[in-house]
Amino acid sequence: MSKKKHYTITVNGKEEEFLAEPRELLIYTLRERLNITGPHIGCETSHCGACTVTIDGKSVKACTMFVAQADGKDITTIEGIGGPDDLHPLQNAFKEHHGLQCGFCTPGMITRATKLLEENPNPTEEEIRFGMAGNICRCTGYQNIVKSIQAAAAEMSAAKEAAE
Amino acid sequence: MIPAAFEYYRPKDMAGVLSILEEHGDDARVMAGGHSLIPMMKLRMADVPHLIDLQDVGGMSDIAITAESIRIGAMVTQHAIIDHEGLASAAPILREAALQIADPQVRYMGTVGGNVANGDPGNDMPGLMQCLDASFTVVGADGERNIPARDFYEAAYMTAREDEEVLTAVTIPTPKGGYAYEKQKRKIGDYATAAAAVQIVKDGGSCVSASIAMTNLSDTPIYSEAAGAALVSTSIDDAAIKAAITAMLSDIDPTEDNRGPVAFKKHVAGVILRRAIERAWSRA
Repeated sequence: MSKKKHYTITVNGKEEEFLAEPRELLIYTLRERLNITGPHIGCETSHCGACTVTIDGKSVKACTMFVAQADGKDITTIEGIGGPDDLHPLQNAFKEHHGLQCGFCTPGMITRATKLLEENPNPTEEEIRFGMAGNICRCTGYQNIVKSIQAAAAEMSAAKEAAE
Repeated sequence: MIPAAFEYYRPKDMAGVLSILEEHGDDARVMAGGHSLIPMMKLRMADVPHLIDLQDVGGMSDIAITAESIRIGAMVTQHAIIDHEGLASAAPILREAALQIADPQVRYMGTVGGNVANGDPGNDMPGLMQCLDASFTVVGADGERNIPARDFYEAAYMTAREDEEVLTAVTIPTPKGGYAYEKQKRKIGDYATAAAAVQIVKDGGSCVSASIAMTNLSDTPIYSEAAGAALVSTSIDDAAIKAAITAMLSDIDPTEDNRGPVAFKKHVAGVILRRAIERAWSRA
């Protein structure tokens, strides 16, 4: 009964058109159909946040959205945030402050953190921990993730002030 | 995880939603943010042959505040509740509760309408809405009707909404006095082991009215009229709080699950209610 439908989504500024069943989870669309493998599959049950992407300005767990819901949306993944030659301040801060160990949760962490800092450019430690509560890390104990986000926030605020 | 196949609809208006519901009856379900329904579909615990996505149906994302009441559209997200300045002063208990629901990502998607309409005893908004004496607006082929939150929940996932109706808004009489939403959970994103919503009005050192509702301690939220009554005309001393807890405990009916045995849940319910009453009174 359910047939493939035509969908158009924009991922990291690039328009993608494809056929898929409506029930396909967005994380599989990104990873397996579009080969955008930055967002990871951790728990696949809306808990861990490894699949976090930004959709129309919201942090969303891509394992908990059908591709049909994402039709027509603008999506940003870690690949759209920065690359090896142009690291985002958050990516650089995670590198400098050991904000990762195995790195599995990191794409989701950083993608979520971009949105957190957009809404709250100078968060307290408590606000960072609360704002990052939808992302689970099994290695770091979170301390260095908090430090990394604080460092990135300071750098981004300084850069913004310098620009003004 | 792959849910069962379904037909997907994204109608542009409520008439479109209602006609699909009329055609397919209980084979069709509406979805707002989907963060209760999609996990159930992934586990194949919910089978939805016809899925109606409400995201393009306008007119359900507004929050309207007057001196007497607050009207919240069904598609207002938990994130929007937290972010709304007018709401933070008109009904701060909503923000306090929303901050304790799920996690940031889920709160961008999860809606007030979905939370109250779903009928899951673990959802936080149903108990809160019973405490606040909210009413739910549902629309069907014959037009709108309003159902008091205190009459809405019949059993787990069973509510007074008919299959062919859609919940469109929640209306709350503007709350008065002190408030608290207290929730015990095992981890971020978990449902409550026990949660309590309390609103208390104080006059001259004495409690003149109190409303108490509990979450995830029965197969429906529990509005405990007797617990509220136990506080009225007291100075919320220890004896009054104990009386309220005793009354509440005789209204709830928890079952054993992975959050603990019945005796533990009753114990936690008492602790949580005491904290909620004390905090609401301190703010009254």
